[in-house]
Amino acid sequence: MALSREQIAQRVAQELQDGFYVNLGIGIPTLVANYVPDGMEVMLQSENGLLGMGQFPTEDEIDADLINAGKQTVTTAKGASIFDSAESFAMIRGGHVDLTVLGAFEVDVQGNIASYMIPGKLIKGMGGAMDLVAGAENIIVTMTHASKHGESKLLSQCTLPLTGKGCINKVLTDLAFIEIKDNRFHLVERAPGVSVEEIKALTAGELVIPENVPEMTFI
Amino acid sequence: MAGFDKVVSSYEEALAGLEDNMTVIAGGFGLCGIPENLIAEIKRKGTKGLTVVSNNCGVDDFGLGVLLPNRQIKKILASYVGENAEFERQMMSGELEVILTPQGTLAEKMRAGGAGIPAFYTATGYGTPVAEGKEEREFDGRHYILEKAITGDFAIVKAWKADRYGNLVFRKTARNFNPMAATAGKITVVEVEEIVEPGELAPDEIHTPGIYVNRLIKGTFEKRIEQRTIRSA
Repeated sequence: MALSREQIAQRVAQELQDGFYVNLGIGIPTLVANYVPDGMEVMLQSENGLLGMGQFPTEDEIDADLINAGKQTVTTAKGASIFDSAESFAMIRGGHVDLTVLGAFEVDVQGNIASYMIPGKLIKGMGGAMDLVAGAENIIVTMTHASKHGESKLLSQCTLPLTGKGCINKVLTDLAFIEIKDNRFHLVERAPGVSVEEIKALTAGELVIPENVPEMTFI
Repeated sequence: MAGFDKVVSSYEEALAGLEDNMTVIAGGFGLCGIPENLIAEIKRKGTKGLTVVSNNCGVDDFGLGVLLPNRQIKKILASYVGENAEFERQMMSGELEVILTPQGTLAEKMRAGGAGIPAFYTATGYGTPVAEGKEEREFDGRHYILEKAITGDFAIVKAWKADRYGNLVFRKTARNFNPMAATAGKITVVEVEEIVEPGELAPDEIHTPGIYVNRLIKGTFEKRIEQRTIRSA
């Protein structure tokens, strides 16, 4: 069965490491914060200028001067720091963030990502996404494998305007965990109960399938 | 005003000299840390044809969004503009020119502008629509595009506290673009919640030195929250 949003987040959380500085995008990536393994310390970067984002405030703690990049009210975690936007993107662009997780509309076999614009329909802007994909070494894209109409989002070439070129090497969808290298998708894991054939049928770009494709495991 | 005293007594005085077709750089992220009273004064003044540089453009009835109904903004550089129906209408109809600019590039354009650096190379936007018409160059096997710095005729800034000399302290994430905006205005106008006497702020705690600030005014702030999210106690 396809993974739920929560399960996608849970699988991404398995890629976290103790001491990681992590930037989580809006949507499914935000949920990853709920699955940080016990005993592991991870610090969340919010690109509006906060390193060490805490949980949402209680009614009494709400502070209009303390928000995250999704403009939600938040709190600071222990050991947090606050800085201006140039500093925030210096740490992003300078490759200091250990892991970036963000959503996308499409990715392709060359590691290109389209995530910010659908011409004529959705023109809201890229926010910090272009800086994040250009600056980070370690990026995980989370998205559904195909659209509601069954059209693959893993393509041989992106059709929408790009957010970044040649910068993506890991994609976690509701069906599979895929790596991108040598201009091809490589199937690494499949969602429990989802067959290799199903994944293949919904992957438009060239997909390399190893002999053994393990199912994802959840604790 | 005398010597280093930057304090002005009215919003009218704070924005004296702002004229049609000028460029205004504004601090703020979403509705957080926006110079809300200075924006309201621009609306009252009716200045038109402005080029605005700001991460966002407010919402329909608050922040920079209030300048849209009377078509006061001609062009805007912003990274994310998704919260505003009138904005979208004017953009789609071509009444408003929108230059979508990556957030980090926007911050760096302001920083560079204020620091006397005319342009800089960044990997951000390489191979995307943002790179169109821009010089590209390779350094050590990576591709970069040349982005130009920005300065404004005016910069409008919100800080938390200031002394009369214009030394500024920001509060929490209301800092965001404000320090960079403060450096990039030919005339930088700052509104704050509290003004203290010089010497009351420790030199080490000042985020923006008063050298960047031309005019300072104390305001009262609504501080509207865009996404009120809470957990149960």
